[in-house]
Amino acid sequence: MSSTDIMIEAKDLKLAYGSFVVMQNLNFTVHTGEIKVIMGGSGCGKSTLLRHLAGMEAASAGEITIGGEKVGPHEAAMERIRRRFGILFQSGALWSSMTLYENVALPLEQYTDLNANEIADMVEYKLSLVGLKGFGARYPSELSGGMQKRAGLARAMALDPEILFFDEPSAGLDPLSARRLDDLILHLREALGTTIVVVTHELDSIFTIADNALFLDAETRTALAEGPPKKLRNDPASPERVRFFLRRGADADELSNPAHS
Amino acid sequence: MESNRHAAFEIQHEPNERSTIQLRGDWLLRSERPTARQMLQELMASDTHTNWAFDCCDLGAWDSALMMTLARVYQAGRDAGHSIDTSGLPDAVQELLELSQAVPEAAVEEPVKSNAGLNEKVGVWTLDTLAGISRYTHFMGQLILDVGSVLRGRTPFRFREFWILIQQAGVQALPIVALLSFLTGLIIAFIGIIQLQKFAADIYVADLVGLVMTRELAAVMTGVIMAGRTGAAYAAQIGSMRVNEEVDALKTFGIEPVAFLALPRVLALVLMMPLLTILSNVISIAGGMVVSVSISSLTFSTYINETIRAVALTDVFVGVFKSLFFGVIIAFAGCYRGLHCGKDAAAVGRATTSAVVTAITWIVIVDAVFAVIFHILGI
Ligand SMILES: Nc1ncnc2c1ncn2[C@@H]1O[C@H](COP(=O)(O)OP(=O)(O)O)[C@@H](O)[C@H]1O
Ligand SMILES: [Mg+2]
Repeated sequence: MSSTDIMIEAKDLKLAYGSFVVMQNLNFTVHTGEIKVIMGGSGCGKSTLLRHLAGMEAASAGEITIGGEKVGPHEAAMERIRRRFGILFQSGALWSSMTLYENVALPLEQYTDLNANEIADMVEYKLSLVGLKGFGARYPSELSGGMQKRAGLARAMALDPEILFFDEPSAGLDPLSARRLDDLILHLREALGTTIVVVTHELDSIFTIADNALFLDAETRTALAEGPPKKLRNDPASPERVRFFLRRGADADELSNPAHS
Repeated sequence: MESNRHAAFEIQHEPNERSTIQLRGDWLLRSERPTARQMLQELMASDTHTNWAFDCCDLGAWDSALMMTLARVYQAGRDAGHSIDTSGLPDAVQELLELSQAVPEAAVEEPVKSNAGLNEKVGVWTLDTLAGISRYTHFMGQLILDVGSVLRGRTPFRFREFWILIQQAGVQALPIVALLSFLTGLIIAFIGIIQLQKFAADIYVADLVGLVMTRELAAVMTGVIMAGRTGAAYAAQIGSMRVNEEVDALKTFGIEPVAFLALPRVLALVLMMPLLTILSNVISIAGGMVVSVSISSLTFSTYINETIRAVALTDVFVGVFKSLFFGVIIAFAGCYRGLHCGKDAAAVGRATTSAVVTAITWIVIVDAVFAVIFHILGI
């Protein structure tokens, strides 16, 4: 693939809080339109990695580029980069003092020249994409966890981002809601060609959604393996732990989806 | 069913450097049993026997009581470099033992225990304090810059929410401010009158209440009430937004949290504090009047006339002027603590507490500073 296809690139990335190193020597790329799943145990630094990708935290070493622009130091560049991605936070992170409508409308008011009617239409459309048409007047506290996540997704998509970051999309959801969110992710990529980065510690969705997986290791504090999950599972060259981990999931995958095996 | 057999163990030091631990009886939590320490003492008694094994032919029922003992013995044996053969144990026990010995997650780190000496503590405290001051200054600067960012339309200003904040810091605080002001006026008048009557100077109770309240107490008391009420609420609101990643969500849209969250709150409180202070003035004077009229020979009109004679407009201004600063301090402490709150629920509690403590401390300090300044200026 040519380098123009690369949407996100991390080079020799080191993530640390003060002297506490979370991850180091991370090198990976995410291509345009790809779904990348970053896997790691809880506490190993997945959210931290996302926060760095989104420019909320500055890398201790190395660099991240999004669409060829360096994430971080230059506020003007950051402004442009921010317009290109949306984040669905682990907890949904809806602004609790605002209704769903206002949550989705705020970025639109902030960044677009749409008038009030157009914004109303746009909000309704985004909410309908995530199956929440007609819920605009509700406050986040009046929704179930799955609905809050989907509403958070509607907000993340408000500005038609080219990239979506997901932090543990299925965490805290019942299996059915988690499945629906996975489907939603696939549909988004299909319909909009969105580049998607999902960090998770749950295996369930990896074979369903991931084109490419990156395994983080809490012990060595760096990446353990990278590649398409099926290839990682079958390739004798991939680390034993990763294969073992993926095989456990593969069974479940084939059980529920025999045609694919 | 077999009756309970006493839990016991016996250790046989065999000739081939092997110690076999024979477990007998029922090892149950509810019954008496030997401790791991006893078992270890006997095991360690021999230096030469470094291979340990188990024999469970006589082991009866068991539960976690056995497991905790074995886990402890196993760990200690391993640490001492012995080789331990667990094959003599029941399968389930082996499995549990293996589970308990699984390597803990790498991220487990010892919490740093401070056994620093006095010097180091003072040093660390000083550095922390300096860093704190610099963060505060930064926050203040940011807040001032953000006024510009809001004016230029770069940060949204939500008037509906601002209106709600005004209500929270204004109308909703009226009853408590009124009640406490009335009682304060009442108390001051009561104590004052008893003293002043000794000199037949009852009339001056109006001066006392009027001046004390307008110059000092109305502003300070309103400040303390608002610190506990509104400052704490700000810290809790913003702190829980931080825990919930709502603040991060703002940042991803390029919205500056200080401008978006703190500025309206500071503004709301700065606008409401002077009004509340003026109200407190009026009501506390009324409280003083009620006491004076009922326990001395003063009448309403003499009390009011004396108050008007004694309290100059400057005195009222002094209090109201200070209340502006108190408003900034309270909102500032609340928002700052909220935005610098940790990421767990307990952190919100800590943020709230320290918002109130910080605000009250600074109110008193600033009040003292103003007292000196006004004295020098002769106001
Ligand atoms: N703001 C912070 N300051 C210091 N350490 C942090 C901070 N946030 C997270 N950590 C630490 O960094 C590590 C990774 O955290 P995180 O990225 O949240 O893990 P994950 O999302 O993979 O569960 C954890 O050990 C956590 O304690
Ligand atoms: Mg996380």
